[in-house]
Order: sequence, then structure tokens, then C-alpha cells
Amino acid sequence: MPKFGMLIDLEKCTACQACVVACAVENNLPPGNINDAQMNRIIRWLKILPISDAKSGIFKMTLIPFTCQQCSRPPCTYVCPVSATYKNPDGIIAQVYWRCIGCRYCVNACPYTIKFFNWYEPENPYKENANPDVFMREKGVTEKCLFCHHRLQRAKEAAKYKNREIGSDEYQPACVEACPSRAIVFGNMEDAQSKVAELSHSPRAFRFLEELGTSPNITYLKEIK
Amino acid sequence: MTTEEEIQRIESKVLQSIIIKPLIGYKIFILVCVFFVSLGLFFWIKQITLGLGVTGLNTPVFWGVYIVNFVFFIGISHAGTLISSILRITDTQWRTPFTRMAEAITVFSLPFGVGSVVIDLGRPDRLLHTLNFPHLTSPIIWDVLCISTYLITSCLYFYLALVPDIALCRDILKTVSPFKQKVYKTLSLGWQGTPKDWKTLNKILTGMSIFLFALVISVHTNVSFVFGMTLKPGWHTAVIGPYFVLGAIYSGVATVIVVMAILRRVYSLEEIVREEHFQKIGKFLLTLCCFWFYFTVVEVLTTFYGGEAAHMIVFKAKFFEEYAFIFWLMFVLNFIIPFAVLSNFFSLIKLRTIQNMVIVSIIIDIGMWLERYSIIVPSGARPYLPWQTGHYLPTLTEWSITLMLLFGFFLLLGVFIKFFPIITLWELKESVHTSNPNKSEKN
Repeated sequence: MPKFGMLIDLEKCTACQACVVACAVENNLPPGNINDAQMNRIIRWLKILPISDAKSGIFKMTLIPFTCQQCSRPPCTYVCPVSATYKNPDGIIAQVYWRCIGCRYCVNACPYTIKFFNWYEPENPYKENANPDVFMREKGVTEKCLFCHHRLQRAKEAAKYKNREIGSDEYQPACVEACPSRAIVFGNMEDAQSKVAELSHSPRAFRFLEELGTSPNITYLKEIK
Repeated sequence: MTTEEEIQRIESKVLQSIIIKPLIGYKIFILVCVFFVSLGLFFWIKQITLGLGVTGLNTPVFWGVYIVNFVFFIGISHAGTLISSILRITDTQWRTPFTRMAEAITVFSLPFGVGSVVIDLGRPDRLLHTLNFPHLTSPIIWDVLCISTYLITSCLYFYLALVPDIALCRDILKTVSPFKQKVYKTLSLGWQGTPKDWKTLNKILTGMSIFLFALVISVHTNVSFVFGMTLKPGWHTAVIGPYFVLGAIYSGVATVIVVMAILRRVYSLEEIVREEHFQKIGKFLLTLCCFWFYFTVVEVLTTFYGGEAAHMIVFKAKFFEEYAFIFWLMFVLNFIIPFAVLSNFFSLIKLRTIQNMVIVSIIIDIGMWLERYSIIVPSGARPYLPWQTGHYLPTLTEWSITLMLLFGFFLLLGVFIKFFPIITLWELKESVHTSNPNKSEKN
């Protein structure tokens, strides 16, 4: 079984936010309103985070597309009291909405703070045009990036129909497809031939909070000066 | 005066609280409690219908006042077990007048601790999922197991220690309402006070004391594990376990002092709960106060000396920034004031009077609530990755629900004292017998 991972080349990324929009549309994320924004309750599974760096008098801003890091040793799944979040064999951290009791323990345990909680019943004005493959969430449950798991499901079904295992690069999440500068690469981390595995050994590669032992499956590429 | 006469006098004195007609003050007290409980219920229903958005919680402060209340009420409940079980094992004499109310505080504060978690859930309707799909590596499941065991055991312990006194009420209180008589008759389980009865009871209570001793440590350590097991800066420390246990006992003993001093005044029990008893429990509180200081210093110093970037951000937020007021207020309320008063200001001025101890105990309770706040909230507001910092201000809903829990606790205590003796009479009688052995032999 493939183990999926993602790679984001920060030198190629223009921070155009196409991935953010693609993700929100694909996964039926409500647009959110001004109150949510003021309370910092907007849900974006993938968001662009600014890191400001004011060293040596020059103010420099690095913009980083940031999403669930799909850790190999995920702190969030260990603490879930009802196994509503767990690690799939294909490396994706799953989230079961109907089982979640809304204790927000996983959200607290996540060192990346990249899981989200539905504080109110989500208001989605585009309900009629929603993606039918993706679950609509309810109030009081946690959600996060699932690497467009429904697309994997489709690909798996297609492979099963042809009586074979799913291939390495057979499916791509919405953000990868939307990226105009091809900064995001997605694929099987265990397949040495795949681009994502190859690039993840690049000398430019780094991962966030690797020192915590979470071994995230999202690699970033950046020249360290 | 003979021992028998003295015992009778004590009995009638203690049972006064059940016999006398409710005073006007008592009625007002109950009305105030009912008002705050219903107000809180209204806000809770609102929260259930609308969602947790009515609170001030947000990303990244996912846990707020409700979890603070959870730790606080579970903490208060530890006093009862400590005073009545641990001090029973070591056979400490001054505990006798405090045991009943201490156990009552345990039993009546625990439901509010558990309730706080249910209130905090996004989906309280799925509460039973914790039993249907338990994930055993989760500290919350450890808590569910631990606290439910604790709740059942302490209720049973409380009830069993109450049985001889209920039987006494059944036998001598003939003037109370038929309803109360029926309650006594049912709940006394046919207790006759034969030597065999006593032997069985003592055996059970001693056994349970030992079990509860282990439970009291494990329950609050588990409560701390909910925080300590995560990687969050400020939570992820080994000292949090003993720190929580100590803090729990500290706030619990303070609560016992407040409740006992009020009851002593209202029902004029000055002869039974004497000044010396309060002096003893006051010294005990002073010991706990010093231990609290020790743990705080250990925690702060370790963080500061290590100087890990993410931990230092939380440290700075607590010491100098947004949460500095709460942190330093907590330090003054939990250590400086109590230490000055309870130690008689380094044995210079006599400050440890009962009245001052009550004030200090209330201060300690407020301080301990703030301590939990300053552990839980700043760590939430300053997560690992620095661009995700946030703020948190509790809303009216959260304050109303907090008051609901507090006054619900008072209400249960208030109802309890109208039905059952507020002092463990049979233990008191035992201590009268042991203190006057010659007199009883003569008669």
C-alpha cells in the first residue's frame, strides 16, 4: 500500500492562494463571516501562514502554505478518547465526524494547531453546489485536511475494478492540481521513483517541528541562507 | 458530667440543624442558589442549541473556563477523601469534627467536576461514545475510568459512614416530618448497632480508606495527565502530576474550613468544633501552602533554566505579558497572604484566628481557580508555532455556567444539612469515650 506525502517548494510558491480556494471548494468549507474572522474561527484546512523576519534591518515576509502535516507519529490520534481520529495505513490521518464527541483534545495536542473545530452549525451558502463526495460537517466536531481522501477512494475503486493495486501517482489532491507554479508535489513516499520521495531527500528539504518526534509527511523545500 | 450525658448533649446539639425550622437566612440562601442554577441552566440550554460558539473559545485557545472548573471541582473533592480516609488510616484525632462535611464536599463537588466536562463537549449527546468506542491510549479515557471509580467509591464511603447516624436519627428524631422519617428508615438499612454491625462497618471503612488513598493520588494525577501528556509548552512537564494533587488537596482543605466555620457559627457548635481543631487544620493548611510554593518554584525554575524557546514564550506571557496580572494575583492569593496569616506572620502577630482562616481559605479557593486558569489558558494562547497566537476572554455564558456549578454545589450542601447530621456523631462519641475513659468506668 502506498504511503502518501506532500512536498511544497517554497521557492516556487508565489502565495497566490489558489490552493486555499481549491481546497475550500473541494471540501465544502463554509466561507465564514466577519464574526468568525474576528474570533479567529475561520476554517481553512489549507492556509497561507506568514512568517515575518526582521533580521538585519530588512523586513522579509515568508508565506508558507500550511496544512495538516499527516505525521507518522501523530500526537492527535493518541489522545482521542473515541478513536475519531486515527492513522490510516496509507499514511493519512483520518477524521470520523459522526464519532467525534467534540472534546477538542486532538486540537490541543496538535503542535501545529492545524485542526479545526465547528463552533456553530456551519453555514454554507453553496450547499446546493457542494461536492457530493465530501461529508458536510455538523456543529461541535473537529475537522482537518484529509489529503482529499474521497479522491483516493475513487482511485482505489477504479484500481479495484481493474483488479490491481493503486499506483503511486494515481490521484492528486485539489490543492496540487490548482497550483499554477507546480510548487506542490504529491505522491507515494515509499516509492523511490516518485518525484515526492526523490525531492524529499533534497538538501533544501526541511519539516516543521521535526524535533518533537512527530515525523511529518509534508516536506518543505527552501534554500537556507 | 458523665460521659453519657455529655454524649446526649452533643447529639441534641448536632441534630439541632435538622430539627429547627429553616431560618430566614437559610431560605434566602436556597433561593439565591436556585436562581443562579436556573440562570446557568438557561445559558447551558442556549449553548447546546447554538453550539460552543457562544463561549469565548477560539483557535488556538480551545479550552477555557469549563476545563478550569473541571480541574477546580475535582480538586475540591479531594479534601473529603484526604481528611476522612488518609487521616483515618493514620488515626489523626482532630479530623473527627470535619469528616462528615469533608466527605459531603467530596460527593457534592464531584458531579460538578464531571458536569464541567460534559458542558465543555461539542457534542454532549455523544457522551456515551467514550464507553462504546473507548480508545485506551487517551488520557480522557483514563479520566473517565478513574473519576467514575472515584465517584462511586466516595459515594459509597460517604453513605456507609452515614448509616449509623441515619439509624440514630431514625431512633431519636420522632418529631420530624413523616417524609424525613421514611427517608431515615429506608436509608439506615436496618442498622441496629450490634457489635457485629460495628465490626463489619469498621472493616469496610478501613479497607475503603486504603483504596481511596490510592485513588485520590491517581485521580488527580490523571486529571493532570490530560495536560501533561500533550506536547503543549507549559503543560508538558512531569511536575504537573504532583503539583495538581497538592493543589487539589490545598483548595479542598480550604473549602472544608470555610464550610465548617460557617456551619459552626450558624448552628453554634463552638463546643464540638473547637478552636483547637481549627488551629490544627490551619497548621495543616500552612504545610500545604508551603508545599504549593515549593512546587510552583520547581516548575517555574525548571522552565526558566531550560529556556526552550516555545516554553519561554508561555513563560513570558505568564510572567510579564497578557497573563501576568492573573499569575501574580494567583501567587499573592495562594502563597503570600495565606503564608502571612497562617504562620501568624512568622510567629510575630497572632493572625491565625478562625475568622481570618475563613477569609484566607476563600482567598485560597479563588487563588487556586486562578492557578488552573493560568496553567490552561496561556498555554492555549501560545502554541508551538508563533504565528498562531491568540486571545481568550470568557463570555457571559461561561461565567453564568460557572456560577451555576458553584451554587449547585452550595445547594446540594444546603439540602444535605437539613436531612443528615453535619458531624459524624459515632466518631465523635468514640473520641469522647477515649478522652474520658475513667469517667465511663466509674458510671
